[in-house]
Amino acid sequence: MSSKANPPTFQELILRLQNFWAERGCVLQQPYDLEVGAGTMAPETFLRVLGPQPYKVAYVQPSRRPADGRYGENPNRLYKHTQLQVILKPPPEKVQELYLESLAAIGIDLRQHDIKFEEDNWESPTLGAWGIGWQVMLDGLEITQFTYFQQCGGVDLEPISAELTYGLERIAAFLQDVNSIYEIVWARDPENGKAVTYGDVRLADELQFSVYNFEAADVEKTWKHLDLCEAECQALLQRFHGLKKTKPAGAKAAARSATGGSIPEEHDFSEPLTPEPQNGFVGASAVARFPLLPAYDLCLKCSHLFNVLDARGAISVTERVGVIARIRNLAVGIAKAWIEQQSASKPEVPPEDTEAEPAVKEKGRYAAK
Amino acid sequence: MADFLLEIGCEEIPARMIDAASAELGRRVSDVLTRERLTVNVPVISMFSTPRRLAVSVTNVAVGQGDVEEQVTGPSIKVAFKDGQPTPAAHAFAKKVNTDIARLQRVTTPKGEYLAAKVVNKGRKAAEILRDTLPKELASIYWPKNMYWHAKNERFVRPVRWLVALLEGDVVPLEFDGVRAGNVSHGHRTLGGPVVVHRPGDYGNALERASVIVNQNEREQRIRKALDDAARAIRGARWREDEALLETVTNLTELPSVILGNFDTEFLELPEEVLVTVMRDHQKYFALEDGGHKLLPHFLAVLNTDGDPGGIVRHGHERVLRARFNDARFFWQTDQKVSLRERVPLLKNVTFQKDLGSYYAKTLRVQHLGSHISGPLKEAGFEIRPGVVHKASCLAKTDLTTELVKEFTELQGIVGGLYARVQDLDPALSPDAHRLIAEAIYDHYKPESMEDSAPRTIEGAVLSLADKADSIAGMFALGLQPSGSKDPFALRRQANGIVKTIAEHKLPLGIEQLFRDALAGYAGSEAEKKFGAKFATPQGRGEILQSIVAFLRERLEFYLRDALGFAYDVVNAVLAADADDVVDAVARAHAVAKVRPSSDFESISVAFKRMKNILRHAHEAGSEPAAEFHPGALKEPAEVNLAELVPTTAERVRELRGKKNYEAALVEISRLRPAVDTFFDKVMVMVDDPKVRANRLALLQTVLKEFSTIADFSEIVTDSKESKVS
Repeated sequence: MSSKANPPTFQELILRLQNFWAERGCVLQQPYDLEVGAGTMAPETFLRVLGPQPYKVAYVQPSRRPADGRYGENPNRLYKHTQLQVILKPPPEKVQELYLESLAAIGIDLRQHDIKFEEDNWESPTLGAWGIGWQVMLDGLEITQFTYFQQCGGVDLEPISAELTYGLERIAAFLQDVNSIYEIVWARDPENGKAVTYGDVRLADELQFSVYNFEAADVEKTWKHLDLCEAECQALLQRFHGLKKTKPAGAKAAARSATGGSIPEEHDFSEPLTPEPQNGFVGASAVARFPLLPAYDLCLKCSHLFNVLDARGAISVTERVGVIARIRNLAVGIAKAWIEQQSASKPEVPPEDTEAEPAVKEKGRYAAK
Repeated sequence: MADFLLEIGCEEIPARMIDAASAELGRRVSDVLTRERLTVNVPVISMFSTPRRLAVSVTNVAVGQGDVEEQVTGPSIKVAFKDGQPTPAAHAFAKKVNTDIARLQRVTTPKGEYLAAKVVNKGRKAAEILRDTLPKELASIYWPKNMYWHAKNERFVRPVRWLVALLEGDVVPLEFDGVRAGNVSHGHRTLGGPVVVHRPGDYGNALERASVIVNQNEREQRIRKALDDAARAIRGARWREDEALLETVTNLTELPSVILGNFDTEFLELPEEVLVTVMRDHQKYFALEDGGHKLLPHFLAVLNTDGDPGGIVRHGHERVLRARFNDARFFWQTDQKVSLRERVPLLKNVTFQKDLGSYYAKTLRVQHLGSHISGPLKEAGFEIRPGVVHKASCLAKTDLTTELVKEFTELQGIVGGLYARVQDLDPALSPDAHRLIAEAIYDHYKPESMEDSAPRTIEGAVLSLADKADSIAGMFALGLQPSGSKDPFALRRQANGIVKTIAEHKLPLGIEQLFRDALAGYAGSEAEKKFGAKFATPQGRGEILQSIVAFLRERLEFYLRDALGFAYDVVNAVLAADADDVVDAVARAHAVAKVRPSSDFESISVAFKRMKNILRHAHEAGSEPAAEFHPGALKEPAEVNLAELVPTTAERVRELRGKKNYEAALVEISRLRPAVDTFFDKVMVMVDDPKVRANRLALLQTVLKEFSTIADFSEIVTDSKESKVS
């Protein structure tokens, strides 16, 4: 029973929360366009919480968890649920109060409800990430996961980010007082008042993906996809490390020997496609343009493929621990590389009086603009 | 004299950590006041806590330290004066203590004569001292897990948001984790606001006006009363007492109230265990039961607000519980589609421990170990239903593959037992055997604590022992034994469970043999490759076994002392004689504790200590007892008398011991007292004649050996001075 007579539709709920956070300075991002298990895995969280740059972002993230699928038959469980993810880096002092205000913004009169912050620390072994926080309970219902990230990709964070993850289906079902997710009113036509339900929009999706994940996914091919994605991600990471060893003075040649030696036919990333101004910061440029974001996409694909195999019952005991470790290796490798890339391409004070050749070590710190 | 108040305002502190931290804060503040001489008479310390604050208030605090006169020693006279003239060292000292050389005193110490001066240390103000010392104390509070939120060196359980520090009406300007103390606290999140606390004595009232009950005991009482009141609405209903849950909800609320909610009676078809787990562990609700302890379709939820006049909150809680119960029912029904028997091979896909392999492998080992345990028990006359342990161990872990256990992990074992009860396990089974199998599975994680009961049946006990012994053996073989506070696999709890189960079922099982068999179960397994070179040799395996035996001995010690309440010296005495047979150790401890107050027993204990000491000193002096004593070579009447008593008494003791009549045996031993006393009065052991000496030592050794099989009396702590003989 909502404290308001006209509870928001599912899409109004999203709009209100987005508005709320946009008004508080958040960048409104779009959902990440790859399969992820949680909003945390989207680069807007996983990569943005790394390093020193302050950032505020909010986005909806459809989150796929193949093993949670129930063929659309269970009123409370979904293969793909919807999170609204907010990252506040660094967290403002009144972050809890701010969060509670957002509940008021979606029509929850807190004075009429029972709200508790109960200890719940979040951890993702696959991402090498963990944080301290709570599950926020509203009249006994867990509506949000509130986490102060402490580590991500195996790296201690500074500054800390606060992560708010709203479970949108739960909140909508609560506000609309319906007993099944599929009964949630997703949208209502203002012309004729006709409702489109969650079931109308998503039921087929739930059913078919459950069939795929539990029955139809080709195990052998899925494994192959996983292996291929992992191999490519690894190769990219190796090349990134090769790049770092490159001496700027002879960037091309050195980069070739560092990467080209093992993978001769591949593109040499240190060589820009368009000629680069010879400003003495060749190495920095090569770092800045290195495709780590695509490498992270490959890591996300591995994670999802692993989840599919897991739901399919295709991962044995011995394999399981090993595969998780493989994916964590990728995630941790990317996190570390990303921090290096960010600090290398950080637009610091441009070197004005550099008649004297800058020290080699310093070169990498400036981005070629 | 003043009152002092300190409040740390926090984002919500985990409920499980509040009580210990609150006590620690009180202790730390009290220690600072004592150490800094800031207490007047007896200070009264009160601790307060809610999820958002820890507070301590103290009465009778001095506003400042008194001045203290102190004698300071300077350079020695030899250094301070050369030819009667003060040296620079003397000048420097005079300057340091701020006086003239002429006014310095001389003191004589064991090292010689020195310059000295009386110095008056001005006492500091309490506010200053508290400002300087408390931040360090706050930073030292132990938290099972803490965090940082802005600066990396500022850590606490959750972000600190405000501080109140008052000495009477004045703010103590201390700073902690980037927050400066003031006199503004904060009330309830939704019902209160900022609150000015004018004086420490106003604290409780000021916060109550802001809808916070800061006294946790008062909150608990309110909750109890509210639970009683709410339960009264249902005829004949009582809320199910649950101390741990009560503590949790007390620490989750600042202003508690209680609502009565209902659920559909159709859910009562689900096992009570499942319903209660959902309510208690997942929703923190109290269950209601009727006079016959039968569950009723209602629950009580403790809210962190002042009530629910419109029933909005109740409606929400009922909604959540319905969804949870629906889930549970869905899982229950889904799980029935694949029987436990069909789930056995699925265990190959469930990891027991990454190096020890799957639960399937464990199941095979436990089955085997179970029969090793059952064999001797059957021979000893225990009635173990044939096939029950075997079948139960086969199915015991299969519930790990069920949806219900994946959702409610704390119900492992219980769910297996419930499923086994309703499923067709084997058409050939008698209903009786079927029931025993289900019970054994249901109970096999028991006892989960010293308060928990052991498995109900002997078959359940055997399964529980085999399961736990297998885990402990595997972990030790991997080198993963618990150390300090690190015990990630809860091996201590499992070992405690083994001890308690053996003791309560009175099982004639040797610890060493149990673990020899358990270790043997890993031979030839995949896991063996992970054990390293040690496991490969009989000697290495022996070492692993001995470390397990030592570990179990500690747990037995703990059981005797903490669970059964025996004095530590009784426990030491009993276990020094033998720690392999748990049941026997318990019986001997009872006997020793019973005869211990008698004066004969005390004297015997003293005498045994003396014998042990003599033998040790003799050994250190290179003097060894003869291989056995020759009664013919004894001369003194006192030693002859003792020597004659030994075999006859030993014979009677052996007989009584054989009948496990330990008390009578101990009385028998203490009857040796006059003979032993006379022996020590009249006979000198360490005489010059090596033969006589060796013979007498042999006599003592025989006495010790013969009569230390029930307890090593030298371990008994006595008041007598004799015990100090060294």
